[in-house]
Amino acid sequence: MSGAAMPMSRGGRLLRNPGFVVGAAIVGFAAIIAILAPWIVPYDPFAIDLNRRLVPPSFMEGGVPQNFLGTDQLGRDYLSRLIYGARISMVIGVLTVITSGLIGITLGVLGGFYGGRVDDFVVFCITTRLSIPAVLVALAVAALRGSSFMLVVLVLGLLLWDRFAVVARSTTMQIRNLDYVAAAWCAGVSRWWVLTREVLPNIATHLAVVATLEMALAILLEAALSFLGLGVPPPLPSWGLMISEAKEYMFFQSWVIIIPGAALFVLVLGVNLLGDALRDMMGTDLSR
Amino acid sequence: MLRFFLRRFAVAVLVALTVLTLAFLLTRMSGDLAISIAGPNATAEDVATIRRVYGLDRPVWVQYLDWLGRALQGDFGESYFFRDRVANLIAVRMPVTLTLGLVGLAIALVVSLPLGILAAVREGSWLDRGVGLVAIIGQAMPSFWLGLVLMIVFGLQLGWLPISGVETWDGYILPGVVLAFSAIPSLTRLTRSGMIEALSSDYIRTARAKGLSRLSILVKHGFRNAAIPVVSIAAVQLGFMLGGSIVIETVFALHGVGYLAWESISKNDFPVVQAVVLVLALIYIALTLLADLLNAVLDPRLRTS
Repeated sequence: MSGAAMPMSRGGRLLRNPGFVVGAAIVGFAAIIAILAPWIVPYDPFAIDLNRRLVPPSFMEGGVPQNFLGTDQLGRDYLSRLIYGARISMVIGVLTVITSGLIGITLGVLGGFYGGRVDDFVVFCITTRLSIPAVLVALAVAALRGSSFMLVVLVLGLLLWDRFAVVARSTTMQIRNLDYVAAAWCAGVSRWWVLTREVLPNIATHLAVVATLEMALAILLEAALSFLGLGVPPPLPSWGLMISEAKEYMFFQSWVIIIPGAALFVLVLGVNLLGDALRDMMGTDLSR
Repeated sequence: MLRFFLRRFAVAVLVALTVLTLAFLLTRMSGDLAISIAGPNATAEDVATIRRVYGLDRPVWVQYLDWLGRALQGDFGESYFFRDRVANLIAVRMPVTLTLGLVGLAIALVVSLPLGILAAVREGSWLDRGVGLVAIIGQAMPSFWLGLVLMIVFGLQLGWLPISGVETWDGYILPGVVLAFSAIPSLTRLTRSGMIEALSSDYIRTARAKGLSRLSILVKHGFRNAAIPVVSIAAVQLGFMLGGSIVIETVFALHGVGYLAWESISKNDFPVVQAVVLVLALIYIALTLLADLLNAVLDPRLRTS
């Protein structure tokens, strides 16, 4: 990683990658909207007005200027709900990545670092996890325990750690035998020191790639669970739930599902573009 | 070779046993299964009756061993809601899910193999970047939403294809396309990287030097070698697709195993949910085992590791 050998710093190269710029712009915009949601929404996203149901967006025929994206089947302002939906998607994405990252990185680093029996056990855990149909199990757990916001985070976190473990394991294995780790051992430092000061910082960028991909996956899965009625409970404006609630009107007014779905697609696309740019730079191998 | 087979087979059996145990634990997570089965309007006597009739008053480990013993013989008990053997219910609906999975995989392969090869041949070009972009877009597409949009466009506005159900063969097209989207990104990337590696190897240079045609080099020498990892990932993807078919079957009202699971989940019919989780997991385990063995046969280098 010597600066002299490279014509440009990593940050500089990233900024010249159009995918990274577009991805960062989308994710940054969504993050700002999510944080500022209570202050920027034009209306209360939960306020029902049954006299003004399914008003089309203002740029379509029959629309009114007060409701830029129209109103839903209960007369709630669609733009306000969409903005709060960004908050739900972002928070679920981040919390899931933290939970699954903690589990996956711990398992992967231990397996890659110790090898032998420990590694056999870790590989076994990964294989078992991959064989379990994630969506189905998440739905079943939500049905059994009653769906709630925190349950969605917990279930997704407990299910999506496999790629973290795979990448943490393989990168730790590569680093374990490098000279600077051997040098640290020779200096007489503890095992904990080697793990936290030598190994983890050097696999962190690879883990960042996984984090973006898992965040994208978590956002998609939350939407799918909410769409099936066992994710975030109503009246919270999850984008998946908005699509589900609007579904019966979609053949007459297709914008009711196009708008939340497009928001979901664009956000996930942004997260994936970020991850892809990072992966190109790092050469992270994500194949199993 | 035999050692590799045996070892791999033993791991698969161990994973299957673990999944069996997890599937049992899954339904015990609710705290009291009898209360969940009885539903919100049940009286205390109802719950007590259900507890006795379903054998839930026995110690948990007795229930576990009993369940495990039966499951190993293919007996998943009786559905609370459908009043039928769970094994029957699954057997009747499996063909729909398998057909959907195979149609999805076929569409995914037809799209991703040419795209991956094309991107590899023109590595670094605009075409290559375009293929990369297609993969990212496919990855970001919410499958249930894509399904609804395709229904509106092809079912309602154009009227080309049925909106739901599989009474006729063309009912599989839209759900198959949606399902294929989930596998296209990884299959395309893998084909591309495999082809790039194959095309830069010495035997390709030899083939070129011999004056063989471009197409013959690409297909016979290049793709044959790139195909090995693609075959194994295709098998894994088929497993993922069957597991993920619950969303698509629900959207398109296809009465396959995923739809059965969805109905059972909303009706607290736990023996069915448990069995579907188990069957889908076992199919995945079998597919990955098959893929690994096939890989070992096709590529001798893998056997030693």
